[in-house]
Amino acid sequence: MLIITCPWCGERPEIEFVYGGEAHIARPTDPSALSDQEWADFLYNRTNPKGTHAERWRHTHGCGRFFNAVRDTVSDFFVATYKPGEPRPDLSQDDAK
Amino acid sequence: MSGSFRTSSGGRIDRAAPLAFRFDGTTYRGYAGDTLASALLANGVHLLGRSFKYHRPRGLLSAGSDEPNALVEVKRDAARVTPNLRATQVELYEGLDAASQNRWPSLARDAGAMNDLFAPFLPAGFYYKTFMWPAGAWKRFYEPKIRAMAGLGKAPTLPDPDRYTQNYAHCDVLVIGAGPAGIASALAAAATGARVILVDEQAELGGSLLAAPDATIDTQPAIEWLADALAELAAAGVVLMPRTTAFGYFPHNMIALAERVTDHLAAPGPDMPRERLWQVRAGEVVLATGALERPLVFPENDRPGILLADSARIYLTRYGVKPGERAVIFTAGDSGYRTALDLAAGGVAIAAVADLRAAPEGEWPARALAAGIDVRPSTVITGTSGRLRVNGVHLAKVKNGKAGLNEPVACDTVLMSGGWTPSVHLFSQSRGKLTWDETLGAYLPGQSVERERSAGACRGRYGLAAALADGYHAGEQAAAEAMKHPASAALKGAKAPTRSTSRAFGVVATETGTDGFIGATPHGRNPAFAKAFVDWQNDVTAKDIALATREGFRSIEHVKRYTTTGMATDQGKTSNMNALGIVSEQLGQPVPKIGLTTFRPPFTPTTFGIFAGTARGDLFDPVRVTPIHGWAEARGAVFEPVSLWKRALYFPNRGEDMHAAVARECKAVRTGVGIFDASTLGKIEVVGPDAAEFMNRIYTNAWTKLAPGRLRYGVMLREDGFVMDDGVVGRLSSDRFHVTTTTGGAARVLAHMEDYLQTEWPDLDVWLTSTTEQWAVIAVQGPNARAVLEPLVEGIDLSKGAMPNMSVAEGRIAGVPTRLFRLSFAGELGFEVNVPAAHGRAVWEAIFKAGEPFGITPYGTETMHVLRAEKGYIIVGQETDGTAGPDDVNLGWAVGKNKKDFVGKRSLNRAAFFMPDRKQLVGLLTRNPKVVLEEGAQLVADPGAAVPVPMLGHVTSAYMSATLGRSIALAMVKGGRSRIGRTLHVPMPKGAIAVEVVDPVFYDAEGARLDV
Ligand SMILES: [Zn+2]
Repeated sequence: MLIITCPWCGERPEIEFVYGGEAHIARPTDPSALSDQEWADFLYNRTNPKGTHAERWRHTHGCGRFFNAVRDTVSDFFVATYKPGEPRPDLSQDDAK
Repeated sequence: MSGSFRTSSGGRIDRAAPLAFRFDGTTYRGYAGDTLASALLANGVHLLGRSFKYHRPRGLLSAGSDEPNALVEVKRDAARVTPNLRATQVELYEGLDAASQNRWPSLARDAGAMNDLFAPFLPAGFYYKTFMWPAGAWKRFYEPKIRAMAGLGKAPTLPDPDRYTQNYAHCDVLVIGAGPAGIASALAAAATGARVILVDEQAELGGSLLAAPDATIDTQPAIEWLADALAELAAAGVVLMPRTTAFGYFPHNMIALAERVTDHLAAPGPDMPRERLWQVRAGEVVLATGALERPLVFPENDRPGILLADSARIYLTRYGVKPGERAVIFTAGDSGYRTALDLAAGGVAIAAVADLRAAPEGEWPARALAAGIDVRPSTVITGTSGRLRVNGVHLAKVKNGKAGLNEPVACDTVLMSGGWTPSVHLFSQSRGKLTWDETLGAYLPGQSVERERSAGACRGRYGLAAALADGYHAGEQAAAEAMKHPASAALKGAKAPTRSTSRAFGVVATETGTDGFIGATPHGRNPAFAKAFVDWQNDVTAKDIALATREGFRSIEHVKRYTTTGMATDQGKTSNMNALGIVSEQLGQPVPKIGLTTFRPPFTPTTFGIFAGTARGDLFDPVRVTPIHGWAEARGAVFEPVSLWKRALYFPNRGEDMHAAVARECKAVRTGVGIFDASTLGKIEVVGPDAAEFMNRIYTNAWTKLAPGRLRYGVMLREDGFVMDDGVVGRLSSDRFHVTTTTGGAARVLAHMEDYLQTEWPDLDVWLTSTTEQWAVIAVQGPNARAVLEPLVEGIDLSKGAMPNMSVAEGRIAGVPTRLFRLSFAGELGFEVNVPAAHGRAVWEAIFKAGEPFGITPYGTETMHVLRAEKGYIIVGQETDGTAGPDDVNLGWAVGKNKKDFVGKRSLNRAAFFMPDRKQLVGLLTRNPKVVLEEGAQLVADPGAAVPVPMLGHVTSAYMSATLGRSIALAMVKGGRSRIGRTLHVPMPKGAIAVEVVDPVFYDAEGARLDV
C-alpha cells in the first residue's frame, strides 16, 4: 500500500485517499463559448501518459482537501504532491539533484 | 507402528514427549518437535498423496515450504478442516488427524491412476486442446469431472468457527528469514538501537543452523551459538516471530505477514485467534530468505522415496529420522556428498553417489571417498522402479552428453541435488530487477525498487561464513539507512551506538561449493515414454516443455501457461529453473534470453480467514440505522437494505402479506394520515455569503430569488449533462440552505460539491457540512397531517396561508427545535419534520400518539415508492441510469433557462440531447389491469418481429396501485412522449404483455391535493 503525502497532513496510507483524475484541467470560464469539440476535449480527453502524470487526489478520510500530485504511471510511485493553485513542480531540477 | 526409522538419539525433537496422531485413519507415534512429514517418515510412510493429473503415487520431496507433493487435509472437527497443507509445515500435536488427498478409493489403490496409462493422450496444452468443444461441455462435463479427479483438496462446507485478527506494526528494520544471514542482520541492526522485527515461516528460528551438526561459530557448536544469539536478540528488544510467513511485499515497504498462532496446539485456547495478519510498514527490509535445493530431472524421478538430498539430511539431523535404509544419491554438486556423509554417519547405507560432474573435486568428494562411499563421476540415473516406493534405479555413464549402458542398483531411497536456487520471491514481488549470474547459474537480486537489501544465500552468498558476514553487513547498512528515514521515529535523535557494532564471526564449517545443473539430465530412452518430472505439483514433465517449444512457444510466460509448469500453489519453487533450462536447451538460447516468470503474492498459500479478519457476519459491513429504527423493529417492520441503511419496507399487520400491507398503507396516506421515517435522506448544510451563488452553479435551478422560508426541488447534473441527484432544498436565510439528497447519493453529492468548491471556485465563501446523521426526518403525509401536527407545534403557523406547499419554518415541535418542511413526495398535504437526531424517537412517538385518533398509519419505503409513482415522481437511479438528461425525465422545467452557466449546462446543448429517439419517461398501463410488469423488462413495438427485435426501452418501476385499483408502471422509452396513446408490448417468457403508453402522472395531475 502506497504512502501518500498530503500537503496539509503529511504521510498517510493510500486507503485514506481518493483519486480525482488528471490535474491542471481548469473548467472553462465560459463553457457556452466552446465548440462541441472543445467541450468534448475538456470533458473526456486526457493525456494518459506512460511516465509522470499530474493528477488530483483528495484526502477524503483525513482533512478532506484536494491536492495535486505527480505520479509515475510506470512505477506507481508518487514523485511529488502540492497544493491546488501551485504550479506543477519542475522535476528536471529534482533529476539534477 | 513404532517409528522404526527413528535414530536412537539426536535432533531437535523432544523424545520425552511422545505424541499419537492419525494419518488416513491409522494411528502412529511421533514426538513433540516433529512435523507431520518427519513423523510419517519415522514410521516408514513415504506414500502421502496422488499427483494432480496422472494420479501417480507421491511422497515427500522436501522438508520445507517448497514441498509440492505432500498436501494433506488436517481435521479438528467438522468445521475445522483445512485442505492443502504441506505436511512439511504441519507441526505434530497430540491427536492430530490428517488425511491424504486426491485419491479414491484409497491411497494405495487409486482409480484415477488410470490417467497415468493414458499419459500419452494428456500432453502439454491438453486443457486448451481438449476442453474447447462442444460449447457448454465445460460446465456440464469437463469441470465437474476435473474437480472430482483433481488433487486440490476439498473445502469445508461449514462456516469457519475460528477467529482471525489483523494488526499493524511499524519498525525500523524488518528481517525476513531467521537463518544465519537473518540472525546476523538482526544482531547488527539491534546493536544500533533500531526497532527490529525478525520473522521466519518455521516453528523454530535458525534456518540451516538447525541442521548443521559439524559447524561451529565463535568456537561454539552452531546450535548453541544460535540459542545465545536468539537470547541476545530477545534481550535487545527484537520482536521474534516464528511460524510467521512474509507472504506479500507491497509498495513502500508494506510487508504482509501471516502468523499461525494456534495451528500447532492440541487444544487451542478460546482466547487466541487462529492466525494474525500483520501489515508491517518497515523503514528498511533485509531479505534473508535463503535458497531452495533444486531437484534433478530424470525419468521416474517422482516415486515415493525420492527426495531432495539436503531435505533428507534435515530429516536426519533435525528430526532424527532416516529417510530409508539404502540410498542412491544423484548430485550435481557438493550437497549430495554432505548428505551422503551425514546419512552414512546416521546408519543409512549409501549404495552410490552418482555425480553429473566428470571430475568431482574438493573436500566433500574426498571425504566421501575416504569414507568408502562408491562415488561415480559422469553418472546419471536413467530410470527408477517401484510402485508405491522406489526400489531401485538404473545408473549409466554419460559420454559426450549421452547416457550409456544401464546398471541396476537396488535402494529404497533416492536423494537428488541439482544445486541451489536463491529464493528471490519477495525481492521479485517488491518489483526489484533480477540479474542472471552465469557463474552461479542463478537469478540474483539486482536493482532495488524498495528500501530493501538481500543477504546470504538468497543473493547467492552460499555457506555459513558468507551468510553470517553478509547478513551482518546488511543489518548494519539497513539500520544506518533507516536512521535517515523520517518515518523511523525511534531512531530520530537516537544516540550513536555505544559500542562498535562491527562483529566478525569465527566459523568452522566445510562449505559445499556452487556447482549445480539446470534442465533435464540425459537418459538415452525413448522420450515419449520417459516421464521426467519438472513440476511435481502440476505433473509437468520435461517432454511437455519440449513439446511446447516445438509447438512454437518461445517466451517462458507462454510456456508456463501452455504447460502449466510453475502455476501450481507452490509457484514453481522447485521447478521454475529446470523448466527454464529445458526451454533454453531446446531453443539453443542462453537462460537470461528466455526470461523468468513473475512471482506474485502470496509466497505460500494463505487462508481466506486471515484476509477476512473480523469482517464477517454482523461485522462484514457497517449497518446504519435511524433513531426511529427501534420503534419500527418493535412494530414488526420488514426491513430492506438501502446502501448501508436498514429501512422499514412495510409494517404488516397480523397475517398480512406485503401486497396487503402496502395497499392498506397507501390507502391510509391518500385518505387519512401516514407517518414515514425519512431520516436516511442525505443532508448537507450549505452556508456562507456566496451560498446562493454556489447553489446556482451546482444545481440546474435558479436560487437567487428563492425567498428564505421557501423550498425548491433541485436537480443536479454531472458535467456531462446527465442527472446525478435530486432533492428538496430549503432556504433558511439568505446565506443558509438545507440541502437534501437521495439516501444513496449523500456522500457522492458532498464529494461533488467539495470538488467544485475547492478546485474550481475557491474564491466562493461557502462551507459545506454533512448533516445526514444530525437530523431525524419524520414525514407526516395525508389529508389529516395538519390536524395531527397542529397541537404539537410552537411558533409555527401551519395554515395554508402561512405555510403553503414547499415552505419551511423553524420553531418547536413536542418541545424540540425543528425545521418543519411542508412538502409531499406522495402528492398529499404533507410535512417533513426535521428534529435533532437524539430527539427523533421521542418526537416520532409524540406525533404517533397525537395521530392515533386519526388512525395514523406507519408506512415503509414500498408504499412511499408506490405513492410517488402514482404521481410520476422519479427516483434517481431507478428511472435514471446515468444516461438520462433532465428533459428525458420530464424535469426540463427545473432547468434555469436564464442562467449563464451551471454544472452540466454546456453539455445539454450537445446534439445527442436533441435526438428524437432519446429515451423519455412515460407511464404504462397494462391492457389487463391485474398484471404488474417486471421492472427491467424490455419494450418492443411488435413482439412478432423477426429477431433481433428492436428494443424500444425498459420498465423502470411497476406497482399495483391500490388508489387506482390497477397496476401502473413507469418506463424509459425511445421517443416516448410521441408514443403516448399507442400500444407497445413487453415480451415475457409466457408471452407478450400489451401496454398502453400514457402520461407518467397517474393521479391528481393538476396537483389539487397539494394545495389545501
Ligand atoms: Zn490531509
